[in-house]
Amino acid sequence: MFIKEYLTDIYKGTKSLLTGMKRTGYYFVRPREIITEQYPDNRETLVMAERFRGEVVMPHDANNEHACTGCTACELACPNATIKIITKFDITPEGKKKKALDTFVYHLELCTMCGLCVEACPTAAIKMGQNFEHSVYDRSQLTKKLNNPGSKIREGVE
Amino acid sequence: MYTETQIIKDTTQFSSNGHEGELVINVGPQHPATHGVLHLVITLNGETIKKVEPHLGYIHRSIEKMCESLTYRQFIYVTSRMDYLSAHMNNHACAMTVEKGLQIEVPPRAQYIRVIMDELTRIASHELWWGAMAMDLGAFTPFFYAFRERETINDIMEETCGARLTMNYMVPGGVMADIHPLFQQKVKDFIKLFKSKIDEYDELVTGNIIFQNRMKGVGLLSKEDAISYGCSGPVARGSGVSCDIRKLYPYEVYDKVAFDEVLENEGDSFARYMVRVREMHQSIRIIEQLIDNIPEGDFQAKTKAVLKLPKGEFYTRVETARGELGVYIVSEGGTTPYRIKFRSPGFSNLSALDHMARGSKIGDLMAMMGTLDLVIPDIDR
Ligand code: SF4
Ligand code: SF4
Repeated sequence: MFIKEYLTDIYKGTKSLLTGMKRTGYYFVRPREIITEQYPDNRETLVMAERFRGEVVMPHDANNEHACTGCTACELACPNATIKIITKFDITPEGKKKKALDTFVYHLELCTMCGLCVEACPTAAIKMGQNFEHSVYDRSQLTKKLNNPGSKIREGVE
Repeated sequence: MYTETQIIKDTTQFSSNGHEGELVINVGPQHPATHGVLHLVITLNGETIKKVEPHLGYIHRSIEKMCESLTYRQFIYVTSRMDYLSAHMNNHACAMTVEKGLQIEVPPRAQYIRVIMDELTRIASHELWWGAMAMDLGAFTPFFYAFRERETINDIMEETCGARLTMNYMVPGGVMADIHPLFQQKVKDFIKLFKSKIDEYDELVTGNIIFQNRMKGVGLLSKEDAISYGCSGPVARGSGVSCDIRKLYPYEVYDKVAFDEVLENEGDSFARYMVRVREMHQSIRIIEQLIDNIPEGDFQAKTKAVLKLPKGEFYTRVETARGELGVYIVSEGGTTPYRIKFRSPGFSNLSALDHMARGSKIGDLMAMMGTLDLVIPDIDR
């Protein structure tokens, strides 16, 4: 009786093992079903999703103009004090003083890519970029200035 | 007070304080089988477990305290870092609490999207658990198969929410952005793919005799104990406790969809395993009912720029992949919470481990822990 049970166990065990192995074998001979991406090798062709949050960027148009008014809404919305807006006063042609953006300081090392700053911006001056390869040798390189040198606010953006 | 060397001496050698033959060993905090920085102090008699003592705090980031200095819009993103495999549900619970306080009506479109996202996250979380569970028992291949399907979900998340794990997609009043134009098609493709693959899971693992022998009758947790330890989610449902928040206290559109609460009565490791596998089928069922019927309309209700909860206390709960998550906010009427408390499912589920493990063999401990589906940052917060 004991021997019989023992042998049944072995038979059942082997059978269930082979069932599993059959599945593994199935994929072994069908390499087309493998979906692994060879990441550093496919960098040229790698396309990240359009909404992917990799870093905060400020798009500039061909005239080197951006849409940031320096309202600091993004600075207030950020939970991690990642953004620091430094403003200056421009003199308008009419001779009036007008607040404008001087420097948009972005501390990438503090950013958690939550996207709340982009949500908060009333003029859609910033957006999330797709670049995710941020490693550098020195931490100070991660503090960025997002507005281009010599850039100014686009005409008509309030 | 112990010095460091004393602790090491006390916990790794045969103790001489009257418990002859007892051996104390430490598992973790850096141990691959604990899936995180959990530290277990195990008292053994030969191979038999006499006591399991979890030591916590290695990944405590004081999220509750942090939330007190963040506004009601900002604090939601931090909760993605608690139970990172149920990030959507965590965000969902927080958003719902704020909505309750402000009495914001969430548009139907947002409700549908939220539930679909929750269920996709649940599948992704259970898939990861399934792979890791098999790996805990020494089978490596299932891990890759599970990740293959999970990757499809992550891609869908990435496309619509912008991130793969820490989505921060739920905001007070709805969701952050509308679904991606390809979202519905991709989810339907995923359902098709998943249905063709889920049988493989049973073939590879569930039906395996070695696996069954290691799971059946191991780590018994009776119905009464499950309740008294405060277990929730699949752990409690594996012991026959009906505790699905989606059924008992439906939120969003859960009362409009047909699905079954999965219950198993054995209370052993295999029952908990089966609950999760069957739950994946139910999640698919829910998504199938919703995906074609997402109503048109706003994806976010109009809210004020600065949210101020009225003075008072607010509590909501949701069913995450691990069990009941409760969010408790005390507000003094300001822009930031006065106090936030998270009732995390992992903490209570872990507390039952000692009871389950006593008297069983050390070799079964990892299998038991695997079926608890612990996420350590959720326990510590
Ligand atoms: S993505 Fe989040 S953390 Fe980063 S700058 Fe914007 S608000 Fe701050
Ligand atoms: S980026 Fe947008 S929110 Fe930030 S200061 Fe400029 S305009 Fe204001």
